[in-house]
Amino acid sequence: MSFAAAAANPMQASQRSSAEGETKQRLRVLDRFRHMLSIEPLTAEQITFILDQAAPFQEIQRHPLKKLATLRGKTVALAFFEASTRTRISFGTAASRLGADTMNLQAESSSLKKGESLLDTVHTLDAMKPDCIAMRHSSSGAADFVARHLQIPVINAGDGTHEHPTQALLDALTVRDRTGKLDGLKVTILGDILHSRVARSNIHLLTKLGCEITLCGPAMWVPRELEQIASAGRIRRVSRIENALEGADVVMTLRVQQERLNEPSLPADEYILLYQLTPERLKLAKPGALVLHPGPMIRGLEIDPAVADGEQSCVLEQVTNGIAIRMALLFLLIGTGGESVQTSPADAQAMGATEAKRESMHAAD
Amino acid sequence: MCYDVCPMRVVEKSQLMSATEIDRTLQRVAHEIVERSGGTSNLILIGIRRRGVPLSKRIAHAMREIDGVEVPVGTLDITLYRDDLSTVATQPVLQSSDIPVSTDGKDLILIDDVLYTGRTVRAAMNALFDLGRPRSVRLCVLIDRGHRELPIEASFIGRMVQTSDNEIIEVRLREVDNEERVMLVERVE
Repeated sequence: MSFAAAAANPMQASQRSSAEGETKQRLRVLDRFRHMLSIEPLTAEQITFILDQAAPFQEIQRHPLKKLATLRGKTVALAFFEASTRTRISFGTAASRLGADTMNLQAESSSLKKGESLLDTVHTLDAMKPDCIAMRHSSSGAADFVARHLQIPVINAGDGTHEHPTQALLDALTVRDRTGKLDGLKVTILGDILHSRVARSNIHLLTKLGCEITLCGPAMWVPRELEQIASAGRIRRVSRIENALEGADVVMTLRVQQERLNEPSLPADEYILLYQLTPERLKLAKPGALVLHPGPMIRGLEIDPAVADGEQSCVLEQVTNGIAIRMALLFLLIGTGGESVQTSPADAQAMGATEAKRESMHAAD
Repeated sequence: MCYDVCPMRVVEKSQLMSATEIDRTLQRVAHEIVERSGGTSNLILIGIRRRGVPLSKRIAHAMREIDGVEVPVGTLDITLYRDDLSTVATQPVLQSSDIPVSTDGKDLILIDDVLYTGRTVRAAMNALFDLGRPRSVRLCVLIDRGHRELPIEASFIGRMVQTSDNEIIEVRLREVDNEERVMLVERVE
């Protein structure tokens, strides 16, 4: 994700150190958002700003009348090249509660099946003049790629095993609402970390906001490299679930993809035995530790039904907060009409993770 | 209320109200509201962010002195209901609206610092009607400076001020601005 007046702003360094901050921080993050492609290039202040902006939309979910006219006349294209139910419905609901219309492209009926290239498909969609695209694709980097070719904002709704930024934001919002803060929390993530874009986005987000992460799962799904993906020292790998849960404030379980259980030599029974989140195991975490799951949840596999339905479970709050986060992002991206300034660092940031990273490293110098 | 905090050069022309005058005016307005509402029992005060919020709290305080009753106070952020979002260049910062009780069947007093074009009040009314169906909505402002662009008038007015288009009314309240006065300033090119 990138900001119009991007990281190179000389005001940033001086303001970061100022503690009195709120107003100054606000001024800095007011720079217009252009895309939401990944959590990795964002600063803690930018993330906090997005979470704060979701609060009014959480409140609107509780209104008797949930529909606003704020984005009336705007259109959000939902381009889901990979099957999705909840994320697509969540984006669609977020758009419609803001008064926007949606265009729907679904994998099953897509002309990709007939051999059309991704670029041709999105150019075709773009020619129907949506104001924004929320897209999911099975290839990592697909959203970055599309953002490079289109003039409109792109929201990554999941790209391969790379990132799923809106899921991480809604998870953080859910945890922050329950605990009042994120800084200093111990978060344990269980399951197939390697293939999980949810885990990856969460690791980036939570380490930026001062959480300590414990990763736990079958060795082949928790490779050593994962310790390096975010700030050093904040991520540790633990092989036994009992040790991983000890003292945790938050436990994130991930969906176990059935097809992956068959590929190497890990039968489902063994996964359940070693890694299922059961009420007994949950007792090892801090009293009242929160349980999150991005869904869809497979009861009896990665999570025991008693935990899924227990008081510590935030699963349904996550779903409700997902709409608030997506409304906040749509409002940030297309809610106001002033032309965003096309500065070169911003353009560079839109151009894929590696280039963006290089750019922000320069900016940090 | 002024929509945007846009950087521009202004010169101060005169002080319209001192701290004491603001205080006296709010006392008078509180009395007027109580008098014309036949008491405070069905009232909810709703301050429009930002400066309507401290004003609504002060009026509620004055009403407690008059009537001994605690009138519910809510706050309203109207950003999502603005009619000029498609043209604003700076990213507006959203804040929560907070209305602690149901507005159904209640008599609402909408409170803001300055009444100018009427567009803020239009937005506020749309926001209110998404929350419930009040019995009535009346408007109370500290300053009415004229130049309406919509058919909207205030029921309770602290002071009427004749202004030109180049002039700006700056209401500074200690809760927000660390000082307390109302200034007439002029935009300079």
